[in-house]
Amino acid sequence: MRKQKLVVVGNGMAGIRAVEELLKLAPDLYDITVFGAEPHPNYNRILLSPVLAGEMTIQDIILNPLGWYAGVISYRDIKDTDEMIATAATHKHAVVIGGGLLGLEAANGLKLRGMDVTVVHLMPWLMERQLDKAAADMLKTSLEARGLKFLLEKQTEALIGGAGDTNAGRVAALRFKDGLESPADLVVMAAGIRPNTALAESARIHCNRGIVVNDTMQTYDPRIYAVGECVAHRGIAYGLVAPLFEQAKVCANHLANFGIARYTGSVTSTKLKVTGIDLFSAGNFMGGAGTDEIVLNDPSGGVYKKLVVKNDILVGAVLYGDTADGAWYFQMVKEGQNIHQIRDHLMFGQNHVGDVGHAGVSKAATMADDAQVCGCNGVCKGDIVKAIKSQGLFTLEDVRKHTKASSSCGSCTGLVEQILASTIGGAYTPSESKDKPLCGCTDHSHGVVRQTIRERHLIAIPEAMRYMEWKTPNGCPSCRPALNYYLISTWPGEAKDDPQSRFINERAHANIQKDGTYSVVPRMWGGLTTPAELRAIADVAEKYKVPTVKMTGGARVDLLGIKKEDLPKVWADLGAAGMVSGHAYGKSIRTVKTCVGAEHCRFGTQRSMAMGVKLERMLFGMWSPHKVKLAVSGCPRNCAEAGIKDIGVIGVDSGYELYVAGNGGIKTEVAQFLCKVKSDEEVMEYSGAFLQLYREEGFYLERTCHYVARAGLDHVKAAVVNDPVKRKDLYERLLFALQDYEDPWQAAVAKPAVRREYEVIQIKELAAEVLS
Amino acid sequence: MKGWIKVCALDEIALQGSRVVASSQGDIAIFRTADDQVFGLHDKCPHKGGPLSQGIVHGETVTCPLHGIKIGLKDGEAVAPDKGCARRFEVKLDGGAVWLQLT
Repeated sequence: MRKQKLVVVGNGMAGIRAVEELLKLAPDLYDITVFGAEPHPNYNRILLSPVLAGEMTIQDIILNPLGWYAGVISYRDIKDTDEMIATAATHKHAVVIGGGLLGLEAANGLKLRGMDVTVVHLMPWLMERQLDKAAADMLKTSLEARGLKFLLEKQTEALIGGAGDTNAGRVAALRFKDGLESPADLVVMAAGIRPNTALAESARIHCNRGIVVNDTMQTYDPRIYAVGECVAHRGIAYGLVAPLFEQAKVCANHLANFGIARYTGSVTSTKLKVTGIDLFSAGNFMGGAGTDEIVLNDPSGGVYKKLVVKNDILVGAVLYGDTADGAWYFQMVKEGQNIHQIRDHLMFGQNHVGDVGHAGVSKAATMADDAQVCGCNGVCKGDIVKAIKSQGLFTLEDVRKHTKASSSCGSCTGLVEQILASTIGGAYTPSESKDKPLCGCTDHSHGVVRQTIRERHLIAIPEAMRYMEWKTPNGCPSCRPALNYYLISTWPGEAKDDPQSRFINERAHANIQKDGTYSVVPRMWGGLTTPAELRAIADVAEKYKVPTVKMTGGARVDLLGIKKEDLPKVWADLGAAGMVSGHAYGKSIRTVKTCVGAEHCRFGTQRSMAMGVKLERMLFGMWSPHKVKLAVSGCPRNCAEAGIKDIGVIGVDSGYELYVAGNGGIKTEVAQFLCKVKSDEEVMEYSGAFLQLYREEGFYLERTCHYVARAGLDHVKAAVVNDPVKRKDLYERLLFALQDYEDPWQAAVAKPAVRREYEVIQIKELAAEVLS
Repeated sequence: MKGWIKVCALDEIALQGSRVVASSQGDIAIFRTADDQVFGLHDKCPHKGGPLSQGIVHGETVTCPLHGIKIGLKDGEAVAPDKGCARRFEVKLDGGAVWLQLT
C-alpha cells in the first residue's frame, strides 16, 4: 500500500511528541517530513534555562539526535540561549523584560553567569499568572537575596543605543515611561507566549488568538491538525508542556485513524525551575466570589500556602517554600474531589512522603545531590536529576524504570515526584490515580477492571483479557496477579485460581529469600503454641539443617534458608504435628497478634488471646488486595500494638473498641476508631464485614490505610457500622468465600502434580549422547 | 547433533511455568510459554543472582522474583533500560518431550 504523506511544520516539543505518539500507534502509516526553522535536532525546550544557568549543556537536552530524522531539521531558541551565554561572558548589565516564569528563569541564569541583572515587570507583582501577591513577594525577596534586582510596575518606553567605536549598534540602556533609565548591555524579551499563526493565517485557516482547533486537535481545514503553543483550544492557548503533550497524544490517535481520543482542556500547574526555590501553583489560585481561602503564612520561615476551596472542592493552590504536597493538591484540583471529610487537615498535606528511608527529609529542593532519596535501591538526588535530564524523563514511571528510585517500597515517591517537578517544571503532570491504567497492558483502571469482572461475570484471566481488550497476549507481572485476585475475590468458588499468575511466594506457599531459598512460618493461632508444636518445629529445624530460626514481627516462628525441594517434606512433618500454613508470604491474612489479656494479666479486661484465636481461625485462607494484620489487646495499655494494624481490637471493661486502617510499615499510620461493640460475636461480624468491604473495593496492592484514605471512613462506617443489613451481607459473603479453604501445605504434599513444582529435575549427562 | 538430553514431558511443566534442571553447568531454568514454546536459561538473574525459574512468565519474557528485572527468554537479555544477560541453553520440543542441549 502506498503510504500517505504527513508533513509536520515545526520541530518543537508538541509536534514531535505527536509524531512519537503516532509512531507508537501506527509506525507504517505515513511518510513523515518535519520542517523546522533551525539547524538543531529536536530538543527539550523546557531545559533551556538550566543550560543558560550553566547547569547543563546543549547536548544534554537533545531529545532525538539528527539521525532520528528522515527529513529536514531545525530550531528556534538554542540560538537565543547561545547569544545570551556569549554576552554574559563579555558584558555586565542585563535587563530582562517580563517577570513571568520564563523571564525569572532567564534572569536567574544570567545572574549565575555573572551578570548584573534587572527584571522589569509591568504588573504589581511577579508571575501574576501563577502566583498571588503574598507568594510573589516572598519569591521576590528570595530572588533579591540572590542578587537580582526588580523594577515592578514599569513600562519600557525606549531602548537607547550605545555610542563610540565599541558600543555602536549595541543597546546601552533602557528608558521607562516615568523617565528613569537603566543601563543594559543585553535585553531579553520574555513577555509571554504569542501563538505563531502567520503560516496558518496565510493559508486562510481560521485563527483567533491561536489556530482554532476542536477537541480532536483538527483545524478548520480537516486535512490539517495543530498542536502546541500555536493552538487556541476552547479559547485557551497553553504555554506549558504538559497540556501540549496531552494534545499530542490526542492528535496522534486521530492521525493513526483510531478516532476515539478527545482533548477537553487542561488544568495546569506551575513550578519554577530555579534551583533552591520551591514554588507551586495550580488551578484558580486567586480565589474570588464564592470561594474560601485556607492560608498558612510564615514569612520568616519562608513558607506560604494558600488553598482555594469552592463548595467543598479544592479549585486552586499556591505553595511557596514547601511544595511537598503540590502533586497531591494538583491531583485533587484536576479530579474535582470532594474534600469535606479532610477539610480540617487539608492544609497539612498528605504526609505522602514516607517516614523512613531518607533520614526524615521531606523537601527535595534543599537536598544535596549526594543525599540519598531511595533508601531501598540506594539512589541519590543527583542520580535522579541526571537521569531526568539526560534521558528526557517526564513521568514518575519513567524515573522508576531508569533509576529504580521509588520502585521498591515507594516511601520516597513524594520526594521523587518533587525532584521530577522541580527539574522539568511545568512539564510534570502527576498521574491521576483514579483513572490510572492498571499497567501498560491495558488502558483500564483498577476500578473499571473490577467493575467489569463483576458486571460481566468474568471468571478466568484469558476471558477477562479478551473482553477488556488487553494489549499484550498474556499480561505482565503487574496485571496478572491483580486480575487473579479480582476474579477469585469477586467470584469465590467459580473463578479458577491461576497459580502462574501469582507471585512466587504465593505459588510456593513460602517466602523467597535473596539466595533463592525459602522461609517457612507455621501458623500459630493468635500467637499461641504448645510444647508439642515447638518440639515439631525444633525437629524440622534440625532435620533440614535450617540455618536461621527467628521470631517474625507478627510473633510467629520463622524457619529461614530452606531449599525449595525440601518444602513439601518440611510441611509434611509440620502437618503431622497439626500445624498449617501461616501465610506469611501472601497478600492475605497474616497474623492476629494478641496480648495475654484477662486470661492472665492483672489489668486485662477482655480475653484477648481467645478473641485473637477466634479471629485468626475465621480469617484463615483469606486473600486480600494486600496483606492484612490484626491485633487484639485486652486493655487500653494495648500491648499487642493494635493501633498500627489493619484491624485493631482493644478490650475495655464494657466490650471492645474497633480500630481500622492502621499501618506500621513504610508509612506509620495510626488506626482510626470505627466503633465500639459489646460481644465477641460482634467483633467477628464487624471485623469480617470491614475486611470483606476492603476485599471487594480495595485495589490490588492497596493496604487498608490507603483504601480507607481513598474511600473515606464515612463510607466504611455507612456500610459496616450504620447499616446492619449491609454489614450482615458483607459478613456472610466473607464466610462464604472462606468456607472449605484447604491448607495449601497439605494440598501440596498430597497432590503429585502440585508436588512436582518443588522437584528439581536430575539428568544423566554422561549418557547424553542421545540423538533425536 | 550431540549433547541433547531428554528433560521431561512437556506437560510436566506448567503453562507459563518453569522447571529447574540441575546440571554440571549450574541450575538451568526451562520455561514453557502460553503458546507452548520452551526456552532454557541459566537460572541466575544477571542483576543479583535471583532464580529466574521462580519468576512470572509473560509473553516471551520472565520477570525475576527478587527485584523485577525482566529477562527475554529468547536471548537472555534484560529488557531495557535494565542491562545484563543470562546465559541461554538450547532447548527443543520433540514428541511431547523437552530436550536440552549441553555442550
